[in-house]
Amino acid sequence: MKGAAFRSLSGAMFRGYVRDRTALLFSILIPILFLVLFGSIYKSSSTPKLSVLEVGRVALLDNAAGGLHGVLQVTKGDNLATALSQVRKGNDDAAVQQRGNHLIVHYSIADQTTASVVQTVFASIVQQADQAQVGATHAYQLTTEQVENKSLKPIQYLAPGFLGWAIASGGAFGAAITLVTWRQTKLLRRLRLAPISTASVVFARVGVSVLVALIQMAVFIAVATTPYFGLKLTSDWWLAIPIVVAGTLAFMSIGLLIGAFAKSQQAASAVANIVILPMAFLGGSFIPLNFAPQWIQDVSYAMPLRYLVIGTQDVMARGEGVGAALPAIGILLGIAAVLSLISVRVFSWDYI
Amino acid sequence: MVATIAVRDLKKSYGSVLAVDGISFEVEQGEFFGILGPNGAGKTTTLEILEGLREPDAGQVTVLGMQPWPRNAALLPRIGVQLQASSFFERLTAREQLRTFASLYGVSQQRADEMLSTVGLDDRADARTEKLSGGQAQRLSIACTLVHDPELVFLDEPTGALDPQARRNLWDLLRQINSDGRTVVLTTHHMDEAEILCDRVAIMDHGKILQAGPPAALVRGLDSPVRISVESGQLDLAGARKLAASAGGTDGVTDDGVSLTIATREPAPVLAGLAEQHALTGLRVQGATLEDVFLSLTGREYRA
Repeated sequence: MKGAAFRSLSGAMFRGYVRDRTALLFSILIPILFLVLFGSIYKSSSTPKLSVLEVGRVALLDNAAGGLHGVLQVTKGDNLATALSQVRKGNDDAAVQQRGNHLIVHYSIADQTTASVVQTVFASIVQQADQAQVGATHAYQLTTEQVENKSLKPIQYLAPGFLGWAIASGGAFGAAITLVTWRQTKLLRRLRLAPISTASVVFARVGVSVLVALIQMAVFIAVATTPYFGLKLTSDWWLAIPIVVAGTLAFMSIGLLIGAFAKSQQAASAVANIVILPMAFLGGSFIPLNFAPQWIQDVSYAMPLRYLVIGTQDVMARGEGVGAALPAIGILLGIAAVLSLISVRVFSWDYI
Repeated sequence: MVATIAVRDLKKSYGSVLAVDGISFEVEQGEFFGILGPNGAGKTTTLEILEGLREPDAGQVTVLGMQPWPRNAALLPRIGVQLQASSFFERLTAREQLRTFASLYGVSQQRADEMLSTVGLDDRADARTEKLSGGQAQRLSIACTLVHDPELVFLDEPTGALDPQARRNLWDLLRQINSDGRTVVLTTHHMDEAEILCDRVAIMDHGKILQAGPPAALVRGLDSPVRISVESGQLDLAGARKLAASAGGTDGVTDDGVSLTIATREPAPVLAGLAEQHALTGLRVQGATLEDVFLSLTGREYRA
């Protein structure tokens, strides 16, 4: 009988959730939309090729073209004036001319990184050509390989970031709104008058939220690993599952605390917004922490969301394992435990 | 034989507000018992203590021979509590709602579906509870209360915001619950409802029970005059006064141009006199009602 009551409570809550279009929209559709949108915008920015305008004939480029194919994208320029204006505007990275043995490279220092890449690449082209001229044999050979896991493609930080945000708002809003609504409709009282334990009510509700979080995760991974976005899961990606579960518990406990104080649904969702939205910016969901200003990186340590986002990123995209997952899980569970204890102390079945 | 509910010197205060101030009463098995009173009289608090939702400050309470506080798992399956129409899980259909509540009590789904027929909601079984009318929601709420076949049923303002048809319809259902042998405790501030449904009522105000007893006995105890009215123009005011005086005293004769009204404690001779003079057109005889008892006890001034 105990099991039947628990199953039917879970079933009732899950059905109630699935039939709530707004909740589905906010917890799954909008985060996925963000992922698709930002994933598409930043998709091409990861491995930039230098776009070079060839003004007149530059024989050196022809010779070097084979080896530099992955680095340079060469187009013919009309004349020097228009080519320079293109470079000045940032549409192209460099304009190149060759006069006899003299190679002239025009570049802009507006983007210093690109400027130094341009200098280095052309210096090496000239050097190679010199060596070929004197017929020297290659005593040393350099092979370069990109370390994929260190330099993240956008999808690798966008997916964990938006997933973390989706799970955080799902957990916090879900718990807060449920608590306030059930108190308002007196369903909470009604459940207290039924011969079932408080634990089975709480576990049924938590179970539904965890299930929803795992569905969010599955949808995110499905979208991010499509060839279009090209997320490659690393070997220990499954460790993201316990991290997501711990994150759900942590954010449900935040929602529980909000719900314990809020008197109406509007108040509950307003407060949940005030908590979650800034956290999404400061905790690495909307602004990837690798690119964030130092102060945000410092502040992020105080944000529960950080541990969810960085934890899932580490095991899903950076190829890290249990060593990265355990601290994240531990911190998230700790937050859940502390906030739940506080919530239980301030909790009341109804308003007096 | 132990009373189904026995309350002795019950007290409960919230801060400085004394919600229940030393009340005592008993409810026998199979009785339909009403607790009446203005808002804030202490009805709901009393009910909540009986249901085991609140701890009394002082006094003894036994329900079905058990202590309701602290939360008593042996008592819960034997009582049914209806709180208000909207105490439902969100976005479930009427049938799912009832089945969920049934499962909390270990009751079969079949029994839940039967209950849906009992309250006449078969044709709304697949409607979400948010789409039900006030009366339908109230019926479903009562079905959820009764699904585990409790011996004792608590109903808190069950006809609160219903239209007259829905109220009458619900009264039939409530009578049926009681005639099945269940003890029913009802709070209401509709006096007509209490008068029609309840075997016994207790009138509460300021946390105390002012009077208790069968509604008819309370009305008789009020000893108020009977108001006899007929259509104006059949008898003049002087004639009416004479008739009333000869019948043995009057509590006033008035004529507002529509009706001539004689208030008297001796209705029989007045009626006979009116009949003799062929002045019975539009006759209405009104005794006191429970509402008069209530107002005489709790006062007529308006309380916000």
